[in-house]
Amino acid sequence: MKFIDEFRDGGIAHDLSIKIAATMDRIGRPVSLMEVCGTHTMSIYRHGIKTILPLSIKLLSGPGCPVCVTPNSYLDHAVALARQDTVTIATFGDMLNVPGSSTSLARERAAGRDIRTVYSPLDALTIAKNNPDKKVIFLAVGFETTSPTIAGTILEARDQKVSNFFVSCAHKLIPPAMKLLVEDPDIPIDGFICPAHVSAIIGSQAYEFLAKDYRKPCVITGFEPLDILQGIYMLLEQILIKAPRVEIQYSRVVKQQGNTTALNLIAKVFKKTDAVWRGIGTIPESGLSLAPAYSPFDADDVFRVTGEQEKEHPGCLCGEVIKGKREPETCSLFRTVCTPISPVGPCMVSQEGTCAAHYKYGEG
Amino acid sequence: MTSKVILLAHGSGGTATHQLIEDLFLPRFNNTFLNDLTDSALLPVAGENILFTTDAYVVDPPFFPGGDIGRLAVNGTVNDLSVCGGKPLYLSLSFILEEGFAIDKLEIILQSIAEAAEEAGVVIVTGDTKVVGRGSVDKIFINTSGIASLITPSALSVKNIKPGDAVVLSGSIGDHGIAVMLEREGLELKSGIMSDTAPLNRMAEEMLREPDAVRFMRDPTRGGIATTLNEISGQTHLGITIHEAAIPLRQEVAGASEILGLDPLYIANEGKLIAIVAPDRADMIRGIMRNNRYGKEAAIIGTVTEEFPGRVILKTKVGGSRIVDMLAGEQLPRIC
Repeated sequence: MKFIDEFRDGGIAHDLSIKIAATMDRIGRPVSLMEVCGTHTMSIYRHGIKTILPLSIKLLSGPGCPVCVTPNSYLDHAVALARQDTVTIATFGDMLNVPGSSTSLARERAAGRDIRTVYSPLDALTIAKNNPDKKVIFLAVGFETTSPTIAGTILEARDQKVSNFFVSCAHKLIPPAMKLLVEDPDIPIDGFICPAHVSAIIGSQAYEFLAKDYRKPCVITGFEPLDILQGIYMLLEQILIKAPRVEIQYSRVVKQQGNTTALNLIAKVFKKTDAVWRGIGTIPESGLSLAPAYSPFDADDVFRVTGEQEKEHPGCLCGEVIKGKREPETCSLFRTVCTPISPVGPCMVSQEGTCAAHYKYGEG
Repeated sequence: MTSKVILLAHGSGGTATHQLIEDLFLPRFNNTFLNDLTDSALLPVAGENILFTTDAYVVDPPFFPGGDIGRLAVNGTVNDLSVCGGKPLYLSLSFILEEGFAIDKLEIILQSIAEAAEEAGVVIVTGDTKVVGRGSVDKIFINTSGIASLITPSALSVKNIKPGDAVVLSGSIGDHGIAVMLEREGLELKSGIMSDTAPLNRMAEEMLREPDAVRFMRDPTRGGIATTLNEISGQTHLGITIHEAAIPLRQEVAGASEILGLDPLYIANEGKLIAIVAPDRADMIRGIMRNNRYGKEAAIIGTVTEEFPGRVILKTKVGGSRIVDMLAGEQLPRIC
């Protein structure tokens, strides 16, 4: 198994698309499915999956792009942190170009601030250890997939007594956002393509309430094109027999109970908190902040800085796009004012953003 | 210009680079030799036509699996001349060295330059050396320029491209960018991926000896084959359809790209060329490529179309299709 080619086989894809079309005929009405995760959105576009599905299947992109839902105020705060002398900001690359109210980390870096891209929070810890005269702040953004690695890094920093490593925490949790979406009568969702790697951590149990309380079919689906086609087929079968439940298509990675080691790490280092989602607003208990025992590592406790007054572009529809209510093409800024070169909203910046996917890949 | 300062994206070879050139450079230097923005300029000198090119090398790190900044500088300049229909003859080299750079490392780079020049059959005829204080540059930067005589009666031009022409690629994509990236980031993927840096002048010369076969050539360096094909479709106002399954891609590069979240279509190559070829000569041109040591995996990857003018369309392995757009941000800075 090479784990790439096997999941991109044209013959199997063709067979699945025929089965999907046949099931849609039996359902006899249009169906809207939401892919919650930005990596699914990207994969759907990158592999041209919409072009091999019946037109009666609508795929809505959900709020699962961590950069996209990070509020302006967080970026403004990060910029204020970056402007402190002796501070080094360590961040995942995606955050660099996200526009805050009037600047971005990429522009701040060009202006001479010490802002470095890392692939892992452990790299940020290494930067801290190698530069004892610097205060290294890691921008902790992401969902349940990333938060355990950051929890692990904080424990590592504590064990190694690294006192110049800090975290500015904006972690978010996926299930509360999905709850908000199913409760919105304006968003017609017939089923969820549930995230792959978030589910590897939280397990299928985390979505049971969607099937039980809201009667929404859920299939945890891998990111490769054949995974996605099979996941869609499984959702359609559930819709056809009107028996919503949580199924795992991505069974080579995801278990019902999730990754208990990772969940324990999250529970140990973080506490649940209300969180602001860009474009959506505050969702109760949908974020993570550092538990009191770890406050010495909390950049927001240690550094008292104030970001600039938050400004959003009035025409930006990212909030509607994140909720799957609007397509990027219906935004008057899309492709005209807002492009990947000079993005207005976060959905255009992140590689996983819906607007970036529509801009980059279109439909051939 | 939307930014008041230079951003790394301006060096990506993609949209931001083009914007920089079109907004700042072209209006000031406007002339017929420059305006086509080809890899080399075609110049009339004493009754002959020659090709002239220049390039700067800032790769970080200067040593990487499969080569170093010296070999890269010679091959890159040789290839810029070759894809325009030139026979590279003479090169200049200017070095900007950082105070403290180890002499023995410089010697290794100079030896690479000598070997690469010998392999390509070019002569280093002039040069310059500057040293700046520690921190003013990063270790070593090299600027080159090169002169070539013309193999074909006229320089290759996108104007020769017609619908139905075949797109032929000389080998696997993304090797250089990924090799440099893994080395720079110290990512512990035991991959064995090597830069593909290579001189393509002999391959190109053999291809050009076939009459009426090659319409146009480019070396898909910074920005990868996606950028090169977009430049071609943009300049011709024709469409280009390519087939994912036909594009040579090493498994290790595919794997590393997935891990790093990069699209191999946008990753730099330093020893590949894309030729647009008359449809009935495509098999033969692919054969010529495959007979060269740097073209063993050559493949016909697509077709020029009237459909989708100005667009590059990818037919994916799973049977879907999508647009391949110009690279919009920075993908990998300082890969050459």
